[in-house]
Amino acid sequence: MSVAETLIPPQPAPKHIAKPLSAARVTGSVLVLIWLALAATLIYMVVAGWDPEKFTRYGPRYLHGLMTTIILVTISVICGAVLSLPLAFARMSTNRFLSGFAYCYVYVFRGTPLLAQLFLVYYGLGGFRPQLESVGLWWFFRDAWYCGLFSMTINTAAYQAEILRGAIESVPKGQHEAADSLGVSKTVAFRKIILPQALIVALRPYGNEIILLIKGSAVVAIITVFDLMGETRYAFSRTFDYQTYLWAAIFYLTMVEALRHFWNWIERRLTRHLQR
Amino acid sequence: MGGLFSALGSLWAWIGYVFDPLCGPAGLFTWFGQSTILACGDTGWGDEIAVGLKTTVAVALLTLPVGLIIGFLVALGQQSEEKSVRLAAGIYTTIFRGLPELLTLFIIYYGMQILIQSALASFGYDERIEINAFVAGMIALAVVFSAYCSEVLLSAFRAIPKGQYEAGDALGFHRGRTLRLIILPQLVRIALPGLTNLWMILLKDTSYVSIIGLADILRQTAVAVRVTKQAFFFYLLACIIYLVLAVISSYGLSYIERWAKRSEVRR
Repeated sequence: MSVAETLIPPQPAPKHIAKPLSAARVTGSVLVLIWLALAATLIYMVVAGWDPEKFTRYGPRYLHGLMTTIILVTISVICGAVLSLPLAFARMSTNRFLSGFAYCYVYVFRGTPLLAQLFLVYYGLGGFRPQLESVGLWWFFRDAWYCGLFSMTINTAAYQAEILRGAIESVPKGQHEAADSLGVSKTVAFRKIILPQALIVALRPYGNEIILLIKGSAVVAIITVFDLMGETRYAFSRTFDYQTYLWAAIFYLTMVEALRHFWNWIERRLTRHLQR
Repeated sequence: MGGLFSALGSLWAWIGYVFDPLCGPAGLFTWFGQSTILACGDTGWGDEIAVGLKTTVAVALLTLPVGLIIGFLVALGQQSEEKSVRLAAGIYTTIFRGLPELLTLFIIYYGMQILIQSALASFGYDERIEINAFVAGMIALAVVFSAYCSEVLLSAFRAIPKGQYEAGDALGFHRGRTLRLIILPQLVRIALPGLTNLWMILLKDTSYVSIIGLADILRQTAVAVRVTKQAFFFYLLACIIYLVLAVISSYGLSYIERWAKRSEVRR
């Protein structure tokens, strides 16, 4: 058995090797520089074109537009969720008439652009004024805001029904059988066993759907609703100042990014028990 | 030379006429709508809507390859070993997935106009210019498409095991050759369902170009509505045309998907 007589004297740290300048590195730096230049131009445009009069005139309008967008999206997501429940069940039912109807509904509203649906509701149903007046629904379809809300709701209901159906069908069959063998009734089993598992699967698609709806809600500006996009178009048509669009971009990006991070946080929190 | 071009142009117009599904010799409106408001020609709106259909399909078909190529490059950038490339690609996807398509369209349409105008002004050329709505719409749609496409391709890249790259190395392949011969065929198969979805979204997003004045289906039907006042009929027709386009492309895409998966069946 040998024993080291002397300790190895302390060595200097290994020499720092400079990374060679590769093509990828150069492209990356150039691309980042382009982004930085764009950001600098943006800031310069805002600072150089700063006009306190425009700010006091259009600032409050922007905030009002932001509120309109948020209210529109919130109400249509909630109403769409309520509508999507019967649709999802109809789609899963064994009754061929019911499931066929739900399939057609989902296919039609996912296959056509929101803008076309919006025109169909706002301008198209306007042609049925006497009939709508006799039913007492004219006040609803006369107003652009209600029409926008209506089209967004029926549109998102179709998407949410598909999300819900996919999530419920992703729960393994063994869970149903386990509930049956414990003698749990169908409704209780659905509410306490199936739905909680399905909603965790559905969480991410729901978040994506809300983000898509926030972005899609910009089209209601076309039928003269003054949401964030509508106020932006109004301000641009008055001032011909390109900044108006940049401010709208900042607002929309902030909204979407905030929601995305919030949703990630919720998902991490709700799936704590699934993480190993 | 001019004669050749005009001959090519008339050939192109003839092809466009023969294969026109609405107003061609075998067109729907030619056969069933001749005495109605949808007649082809000066008496009806059939030919205008047929032009709109062609524009919509052209915008979608021309955007697709551009968006796919940009999206592929961005996906490559997102999984680069170089931090700055990843950062630049990340900024790109974050911005263009977060902005509404309509706003992206306006920013590119008016932004390009201002940019070109100020560039020309610096050369002393001082006149109001209008940029092509078709080009602006195509760029905006391609940018949005590529941002989503890069995410789909990135997740497909991550689904390919590392051993596939190592196998390429073991065979002495160059990196580009590994990518082309080993990775790409698998990538297409994995990413196809996601890309199918994106194509459907692109088809619907083309409706936004009507707002900057491009004569697509929705724009042409809106013109018809303004003259005839039959809003419900014409917008319903627009919805039906979009729906038919979606049905046709879902059939075509399911065929492509079967073709891409031909190695997986019959085992």
